[in-house]
Amino acid sequence: MLSKREWAWGYLLIAPMALGLAVFYLWPIAQTLYLSFTESGVFGGYTWVGTANFAELLGDEEMLGALGNTLLYAVLVLAGVPLSIVVAALLNVPGLRGLSVYRTLYFLPVVTMPAAVGLTWRYLFNGDFGAINHLLGKVGIDGPYWVGDPDFAIYAIAIVGVWSTIGYNAVLFLAGLQGIPRPYYEAASIDGAGRLRQFFRITLPLLTPTTFFVIVITMINALQVFDLVFLMIDLKSPALSGSRTIVYLFFEKGFVQNQRGLAAAIAVLLLGLILVLTAIQFRLQKKWVHYE
Amino acid sequence: MSRRPRTWPAHVLLTAGALVMVAPFAWQVVVSLQTLPESLRVPPKFTPSWQWSNFADVFRTVPLARQFLNTVVVTTAVTAGQLLLCSLAAYAFARLRFPGRGAVFMLFLAVLMVPAELFIIPRYEIMQGLGWLNTLQALIAPGVFGAFGTFLLRQFFLTLPKELDEAARLDGANPLQIYWHIMLPLVRPGLLALGLLTVMWSWSSLLWPLVVNTDPEMMTLSAGLASLRGQFQTNFPILFAGSVVASLPVIALFVVLQRHLIAGIAFTGSKG
Repeated sequence: MLSKREWAWGYLLIAPMALGLAVFYLWPIAQTLYLSFTESGVFGGYTWVGTANFAELLGDEEMLGALGNTLLYAVLVLAGVPLSIVVAALLNVPGLRGLSVYRTLYFLPVVTMPAAVGLTWRYLFNGDFGAINHLLGKVGIDGPYWVGDPDFAIYAIAIVGVWSTIGYNAVLFLAGLQGIPRPYYEAASIDGAGRLRQFFRITLPLLTPTTFFVIVITMINALQVFDLVFLMIDLKSPALSGSRTIVYLFFEKGFVQNQRGLAAAIAVLLLGLILVLTAIQFRLQKKWVHYE
Repeated sequence: MSRRPRTWPAHVLLTAGALVMVAPFAWQVVVSLQTLPESLRVPPKFTPSWQWSNFADVFRTVPLARQFLNTVVVTTAVTAGQLLLCSLAAYAFARLRFPGRGAVFMLFLAVLMVPAELFIIPRYEIMQGLGWLNTLQALIAPGVFGAFGTFLLRQFFLTLPKELDEAARLDGANPLQIYWHIMLPLVRPGLLALGLLTVMWSWSSLLWPLVVNTDPEMMTLSAGLASLRGQFQTNFPILFAGSVVASLPVIALFVVLQRHLIAGIAFTGSKG
């Protein structure tokens, strides 16, 4: 009797959220899958075209370019992950004062809206009057037109991508570091291992579960990059061919050119890409992640 | 024997890094107080000339005040909705038994894995069908539902001792009363963390607002700023004045409440 009432309460309390998720998440997933096999008419409505959208995309230069740019961006951003480990390790130095001040400063890029961040860096990366080329010039380097050059744009965006996530990842790593028992270090000290040796022999191996988590999250977010590209590169810029990402193409197809079916197919391909790459990460982790 | 380790090398490195983190913001504030020709000067001018009129100009060139209000309304509604709906569902998942609980929760988790782009086109069509394009409810309605928040708060509810429910039930309280009077106050750290994360995401979110509200009067600050990028390509001082106004509230909130936000993020890392 009592348990029947508990059932009713359970359903009642999850009902609002379940309903909302059904309408705004589950149904859209099914609908996007369906739309990816259709073509949208000029006056609305959809006609079934089978796998034509996927066939078109897989032979499309823009799509393949976007795939390449997105993967390159993801690799570059992942290459920045060690910086967060270094920051976290420095913040974890015993007896360090001013921890919360540093944390606040490193977190500024995380809490600032990407629109503001993107505009600022677009200015800094300007080829003519930007501060970055000015500083490069001081050390004798003639900087490129970064956000105006298809060969350099994605690197500029990736630099901003790394810069704006260092603080977030460092917080995750710091939590991981604080979970490593002190006695390990004390024992290593007694054995005469220096700080650097302790870092490579104790810290890094015991941190691998956190590192794995950070890598997966960073990768998934990087594969969905849109905001920074949108802010730093104009719709008609020549640099777009070298910096257009998958989600950017999704936006262009779906909401600039109104080819919804094609855009849906892009979203489905992105889902596939994320699932495959995440599965590979989970496979690989067995080789390098140490669980106690 | 256990000499206190030196901390100055760490300070040197951390300060250098912090400069790289802060310099772009400082530079943005400086340029927002320069004249247009000064902002384009080669070599760059690194000092402000206190051109406060830029801040008045940006309010004149775009409906910035309106967009600010839109953003506050949307962020407040989304955050309040998330806190209420996520905590209700999370409480039920963590503390009540009902058939299908595990299966439904797995469905919630599955939603977490799907990239947001898959939701956008159908949501757009829902809004179009409702006649909600260019309205604030189009920004609020999808935002109040979230699998992440439910998952996060469930972890907090799970840590509370079982005896709490049992004692309250013996006193004749129903699950809703237990949720409101006993459980909710105890998961306050979780609510605070989720609230701050939601404020941050909702305030900065770009793609959905950009797609669904194309009328400048109905835009949020993020979309409003983004839509200026081509138009005022070279007028960086005015653009940056807008950008300072747009990002300051969240930065201020973070500086005051950072401890709670950090705790929430570290928590997602340890349980993820």
